[in-house]
Amino acid sequence: MSTPSVRKTNRLSDAVQHIQPSGIRRFFDMASTMDDVISLGVGEPDFVTPWNVREASIDSMERGYTAYTANPGIPELRQEISKYLNERFETPYDPEREIIVTAGASEAIDIAVRSTVNPGEEVIIVEPGFVSYAPVVSLAGGTPVSIGTKKENEFKLTKEELEAAVTPNTKAVMISFPNNPTGAVMTKEELEPLVDVIERHDLLVFSDEIYAELSYDNEHCSLAALPGMKDRTILISGFSKAFAMTGWRLGFVCAPADITAAMLKIHQYILMCASTPAQFGALEALRSGRDDVERMITSYKQRRNYIVKSFAEIGLSCHVPGGAFYAFPSIESTGMNSEQFAEGLLKEEHVAVVPGGVFGEGGEGHIRCSYATSMESLETALDRMGRFLRRHSS
Amino acid sequence: MEKHELEILKLVEDNGRLGVPAIAKMVDRKEEEVQAVLNKLEKENVIVSYAAVVNWSKVEEQEGVTAMIDVKVTPQRGVGFDEVAERIYRFPEVKALYLVSGAYDLSVVIDGKTMSEIAGFVSEKLSTLESVISTTTHFRLKTYKHDGVVFEDGEDDDKRIVVSP
Repeated sequence: MSTPSVRKTNRLSDAVQHIQPSGIRRFFDMASTMDDVISLGVGEPDFVTPWNVREASIDSMERGYTAYTANPGIPELRQEISKYLNERFETPYDPEREIIVTAGASEAIDIAVRSTVNPGEEVIIVEPGFVSYAPVVSLAGGTPVSIGTKKENEFKLTKEELEAAVTPNTKAVMISFPNNPTGAVMTKEELEPLVDVIERHDLLVFSDEIYAELSYDNEHCSLAALPGMKDRTILISGFSKAFAMTGWRLGFVCAPADITAAMLKIHQYILMCASTPAQFGALEALRSGRDDVERMITSYKQRRNYIVKSFAEIGLSCHVPGGAFYAFPSIESTGMNSEQFAEGLLKEEHVAVVPGGVFGEGGEGHIRCSYATSMESLETALDRMGRFLRRHSS
Repeated sequence: MEKHELEILKLVEDNGRLGVPAIAKMVDRKEEEVQAVLNKLEKENVIVSYAAVVNWSKVEEQEGVTAMIDVKVTPQRGVGFDEVAERIYRFPEVKALYLVSGAYDLSVVIDGKTMSEIAGFVSEKLSTLESVISTTTHFRLKTYKHDGVVFEDGEDDDKRIVVSP
């Protein structure tokens, strides 16, 4: 009897074939094979999760809390998230009807897009930006439309840029400030002009505010806190960055009740609930006060100041990034593109950075340097980068 | 103390090797200002000394012995515990000395090469002081954490993947 033939063609979906693998992967592979690499390419805190948070999670497991939780997350955690968002960012959300605890902000981005975007509808993606926005929109059947923010505007989004990207098919806009990779922030006064455009074209907003706590010069202003915006904003955030909990995969998404109910349908089918031990850790993170968060923020700010001033000394022009833990200097003066620069720097000086081009429109000509690493590493990395620049200055 | 002085103080407390140029960039001040703050804090004895935290148990033949000694003393009229404290801390083998509340009065930390060296110090130098009533000696068996630094567990090793979005 002959074996039934296995499908060789057309095995993969059109949707997945349509999206590209992340451009970061290539640099990861290269850097992974090298010794003594100093990495400024890491998109996560260099702090280990504070012990009280780890301990609370261990304790929950010891006490036997190992079952599923309610789909949107344990009620106490949703209440704490609600209280935290209201006290910290003046964004009140109902813990019963407007908050879902997710597997990282990544899941939140996915269920937010899939709950709202129809095939053929456009989602404006503000770039340079996190690498997953456009692929997530594509996988949902939507059409990503990029806007590249500009260096001369310190990578802030202007109302003219937003207006120019809107078409009759535009459904929503994906915005993230403080921004990965540019470190750009937008103040209340800078966000307000966008509201008019958003309202006039009746757009939804996906606001990824995962770096909200890491705002060094001004208090973070949430888009959802602006008048009239809460009803059209899906607020995405989580514990990874401010609470140093990346590997826990714990985030949350807040939205008007009808959108939350829709997102919950997807969430309950694809995930059931976020990891139970992680939820207990997050509960402790929110209940234990802000000392650890403040300590980490102070340390990032000091290193932000250090790296920006040091870039100036070695001749890299860099706007002052107001938030996140990335600096985004221009490397245009070297005549190299960002891939060439990053690859040369890695091979010649064993310093890993991420080429700005992988973050989409407007990123080319820049490199992303994460300063979430020790001062010793930063000082050595800056010496090596200075040497690299001298060698390649024409 | 002003905010930037406090910030500088915390930075050097955490990492005594940070140079003035790096500190100046971190706190967004001129190098001369940072140097002036450090000079002032040193002069006022707020910054008492700069030193490394050493794990001597890793150095062969230099492991040494450390003891913590609880000492009960009779306080003296007029000077309280200060006079006997001074007579104790002047011994170079005394690494630390604290006045404490509770069942005894002074907590003495002694470094020595051997246990018998420490025993000799306690019986000949410490117990013979007139106001010392009693001593209880605890030898340190292992250091897990010292001055806020965990010695062995590798928690601070960077476990992150080398490049991530």
